[in-house]
Amino acid sequence: MKRRTLLASGAAAAVLAGLGLPARAQAPVKVGFIYVGPIGDGGWTFQHEQGRLALLEYFGTAIETVYQESVPEGADAERAITQMALAGCKLIFTTSFGYMEATMAVAAQFPDIYFEHCTGYMRAENVATYDARFYEGRAVMATIAGRMTQTNKIGYIGSFPIPEVIQGINSTYIHAKKVNPDIELVVAWAYSWFDPAVEADAATAMIEQGVDVILQHTDSTAPQAAAQTKGGIVTFGQASDMSAFAPFPRVSAIIDNWAPYYIKRVQAVIDGTWESTATWGGIAEGEVGIGEITDAVPAEVKAEAEALRDAIAAGTYHPFTGPLNRQDGSAWLAEGETASDEDLLSMGFYVEGITAQIPS
Amino acid sequence: MDLSAINPVLLIASLMVASTPILLAAIGELVVEKAGVLNLGVEGMMITGAICGFIAAHHSQSVTLGYIGAAAGGAALALVFALLTQFLLSNQVATGLALTLFGLGFASLAGQGYNGIKAPTSYRLDIPVISDLPVIGPILFSHDIMVYVSLLLCLGVWIFLNRTRAGLILRAVGENHDAAHALGYKVVLVRCLAILFGGACAGLGGAYLSLVRVPQWTDGLTAGAGWIALAIVVFASWRPDRLLIGAYLFGGITVLQINLQLARVPVPVSLLAMAPYIVTILALVLISRGRRSSASPAMIGRPFHATQ
Repeated sequence: MKRRTLLASGAAAAVLAGLGLPARAQAPVKVGFIYVGPIGDGGWTFQHEQGRLALLEYFGTAIETVYQESVPEGADAERAITQMALAGCKLIFTTSFGYMEATMAVAAQFPDIYFEHCTGYMRAENVATYDARFYEGRAVMATIAGRMTQTNKIGYIGSFPIPEVIQGINSTYIHAKKVNPDIELVVAWAYSWFDPAVEADAATAMIEQGVDVILQHTDSTAPQAAAQTKGGIVTFGQASDMSAFAPFPRVSAIIDNWAPYYIKRVQAVIDGTWESTATWGGIAEGEVGIGEITDAVPAEVKAEAEALRDAIAAGTYHPFTGPLNRQDGSAWLAEGETASDEDLLSMGFYVEGITAQIPS
Repeated sequence: MDLSAINPVLLIASLMVASTPILLAAIGELVVEKAGVLNLGVEGMMITGAICGFIAAHHSQSVTLGYIGAAAGGAALALVFALLTQFLLSNQVATGLALTLFGLGFASLAGQGYNGIKAPTSYRLDIPVISDLPVIGPILFSHDIMVYVSLLLCLGVWIFLNRTRAGLILRAVGENHDAAHALGYKVVLVRCLAILFGGACAGLGGAYLSLVRVPQWTDGLTAGAGWIALAIVVFASWRPDRLLIGAYLFGGITVLQINLQLARVPVPVSLLAMAPYIVTILALVLISRGRRSSASPAMIGRPFHATQ
């Protein structure tokens, strides 16, 4: 905080104290959100929007929120974030990996504004990062996937080859393999977080190549729609519950729940205790939820998946526990060793057994 | 690499699905250009059709009404183009570009509140026995009904242009509007009808995306399909038979690249994703090499006014 603002807010606080007004009577704190997709995508952006709505409900008139949807990752993001900063936002959440550079650039120009970047790794004094341990949820999904497949061929629609997505692919393969040693994993890259036509094409092509369980790391419900058309294909909700496609083809989901984090961070701004942090919560923290496992899944598989979920939540099981080798056969984790967060956050390799290659 | 995983029969079947929106939009534009009008607003009309069709289908829960709504929406936008270019004699290139921008904005506005909703289920051809035949069953007899409509439309346009008197008049208007006018044909009327037909076809192409291929509404759903349709008209040198090949070639490569990815063909993924556009460019270059420029309708893009 600059000295002048400090003095000004100190004076304001003194005046308020003198008048005996509650602190709530201050001008509302303006909070901005930059979204990568439309709020109605039913997936990633939808969940962030739920977080924003939860903020409004929790803080009422003490805050004011603004958001912009479908902001492209790239040069345009910088313009959108700058605009939000100029509009008087005190705290800005940029909710996609591709906004990382833009967030850093804008944050450097507005040292008085706090920024929170979702899924990134670059931080500054006024830039915090937050993410969720999606790979924990994927371990649970993969357990169901490995048990449900008839063809032993499961498909994964990837968005971009970044550490977060590679963690998801590895976690999926490891846990599907655990329950079904004959499993084969195919990967298609959409090179987009949200492109329903490409996601639908990818799902269709997978189904035609004999895949009968599809997992996705993209945000639209197009793969579910494609799976429904083809019949007999298992899918999972991604980011949101996608329950419109339940009980089948969507048999469970990993759900992002940002509301607790958003409330905590906005509270910190109001209290003046905001600090640049790197938060990475998982199932235990409630940031990653497991959507209802439908009756299309046999009871014993459901129980197995729930047991894994509970073990992860209790901290007795880590999805990346050795012995694990890298794809090229070199040793990664020894027996019983668990992966460090640094390793996971920079993950750039597949584990042994995956036959696909990470595109460069 | 595991090419055996790719089933050529299913590949052909899904390339037909992927190509249908472009084919519909392109066949409409071909008629427009044959009448001597260049409408660059295909993308805008497509996405307008996509949202109008989706809204109509969602509220009526009828896919048929959805397509009717889509054709009406596309034609309504085309009507704006017709009024501006045929009566107010505005520049066709500029008006067409404006139409695309307007259509994208309009669709985004109209689509607020329709995100993430499922489209009603489309009717698929499913003839007992025949649809289950090996090879030809999946390719020929198990598609969504619009796939056949697009093929019939292509055939219909070919017959109309080459075998009917009305088609001859339309081509005459496109080749020499002054001569056609001197012979007593209503140049402006013919062109307006062609523009409306083109708009309706583009609308159907857009609705095929939002109702069948994806099927849901999302902003920017057409993602450049309208521009590909425009390129394919040139690629086909204004012939419906070649247009069909061009559209299927583009759709085919789009689908093939994902199949190659899944089959782990050791080619960079970004190159595969670029392939459809590279092939379109190469095809355009090859086809225009050494061809007489008169393959295009002579009056294309030129305004007509009866007093001249």
